[in-house]
Amino acid sequence: MTHGYDVAHFLAGTMLVASFTLLYQDRIFAVLNTFAAQAMALALAVAWQGYVQHHPDLFITAAMAFGLKGIVIPLALNRMVVRLGIHRDVDQAVNVAMAMFLGLGLTSLALLLVLKVTPGAASFTREGLALALAIILLGFLMMITRRNAVTQIVGFMSIENGLILAATGARGMPLVVEVSVAFSVLIALFVFAVFVFRIRERFDSVDIESLDRVRGERR
Amino acid sequence: MASQIQSFMAQGAQMFLVLAVAPAAAGITRKVKARLTRRQGPPVIQVYRDLLKLIRKDSVLAGNASWFFRSAPYVIFALTWVATALVPTFASGLMFNWAADVVALVALIGAARVLLALAAMDVGTSFGGIGSSREMMIASLAEPATLLVVLTTALTAGTTRLPEVAQFLISQPLEIRVSFALAFVALSMVALAENARIPVDNPATHLELTMVHEAMVLEYSGRHLAMIEAAAHLKLVLYISLIICLFLPFGMAPLEGEPIVWMIGLGAYLAKVCFSAVALGVWEVSIAKMRVFRVSEFLGSAFVFSFLAILLAFLSREVLR
Repeated sequence: MTHGYDVAHFLAGTMLVASFTLLYQDRIFAVLNTFAAQAMALALAVAWQGYVQHHPDLFITAAMAFGLKGIVIPLALNRMVVRLGIHRDVDQAVNVAMAMFLGLGLTSLALLLVLKVTPGAASFTREGLALALAIILLGFLMMITRRNAVTQIVGFMSIENGLILAATGARGMPLVVEVSVAFSVLIALFVFAVFVFRIRERFDSVDIESLDRVRGERR
Repeated sequence: MASQIQSFMAQGAQMFLVLAVAPAAAGITRKVKARLTRRQGPPVIQVYRDLLKLIRKDSVLAGNASWFFRSAPYVIFALTWVATALVPTFASGLMFNWAADVVALVALIGAARVLLALAAMDVGTSFGGIGSSREMMIASLAEPATLLVVLTTALTAGTTRLPEVAQFLISQPLEIRVSFALAFVALSMVALAENARIPVDNPATHLELTMVHEAMVLEYSGRHLAMIEAAAHLKLVLYISLIICLFLPFGMAPLEGEPIVWMIGLGAYLAKVCFSAVALGVWEVSIAKMRVFRVSEFLGSAFVFSFLAILLAFLSREVLR
């Protein structure tokens, strides 16, 4: 029992560290690699849950996380970055130290909140929910602190990683929902890609600050 | 009574053990660095020879050096020696176990650091001032991270006393602890910064604008310099011992040990120190020094790692209760 918990804790903790690395890292290829690593940790975590809880359908979820988010989406984003020609540094809206402190605060908040709200639940569930909420909040924070459209996509995808972690910890998300979520993420990637290329065509840059001008803010 | 004598002997043995081992650790690191850059390098024993030579020499003082400048090296050496002798190395049944508290250790090192920084400004050279201000910047970032790391282990073991923490960790079955892995990374980063090692400072330079530790001790010579150097070697061994005690305590002799168990503990400790010194040398040749103003980022990430470590330790403790 504790052995099963140990491995789950280790994998979820790895995902949390990957989230912080995403927040810290300012080179775009490193961001994509970290995202792939996080998705692979997610796949392992889901597979481990499937093994421990004897839910074979979780293996399908794990395989989808591994194939789609560990390989396909990072490769697609990689090609996108190459075609856009933005290998240079990613600029951040808030400085790194500030982002890290906000991240630590959000993580503490998530852990304390989940531990307070779920006193009676099983240890797997509490653990998974707490870390998943932290990863989701960190994904939001990443979307707020970044100005580059591609890294914002990565932030969005890491939110989705957190959601899947929460779903497997809580046991009971049907496979149909799982599959449809995975494919909607893939479709979201296509939509994002089209948008990013449109933004680039229109403004010659993927810095989303230039969108403010269109909306009439910040003259 | 017999056990009291035994613990007294162990404590005394440890005091002189760390003093004897400290220059060797620095020498091994230096030798490894030289060999990896295809130089012959001085023999390991050269560090001892240097110290003996410096002790025999008179020290040259600046005209306006005060009593503080003259007495600081001895006090710094004494504080560092006491701190190093308190960390359990080969056995945990030492006489001053009750004093081997991590918070006390951090305070002792902090006191030594304040004295060093103040003495550096005593003569009034500009290098001393630069060194002190940078040392204080590094310290203000490194100390919170150190405290969080030791609180992580204390949260798991239920005490901040190092011998008890080590015994608790030895008694536990082997587990995957992600919080300990993070704490280990954080403490290693802090140790590099505290001992003026690459990537924070370069221990092999004199008279460069980026140096920190060397800038502070530039005015010392003769036996004063010997004291400062010996204190720096001791501090390296202190951090190596602390990392060993918290993360790799296997082989350490228990409270009531037979002499043969102590010998095994001693051998294990020496092997672990040698391994750490070699690893430090390999690390130093494989990475470049950072700009001074990026040190805050380096130590900031050490702080983040230690904070995450304590959060995860807290989480697993709460969940499994």
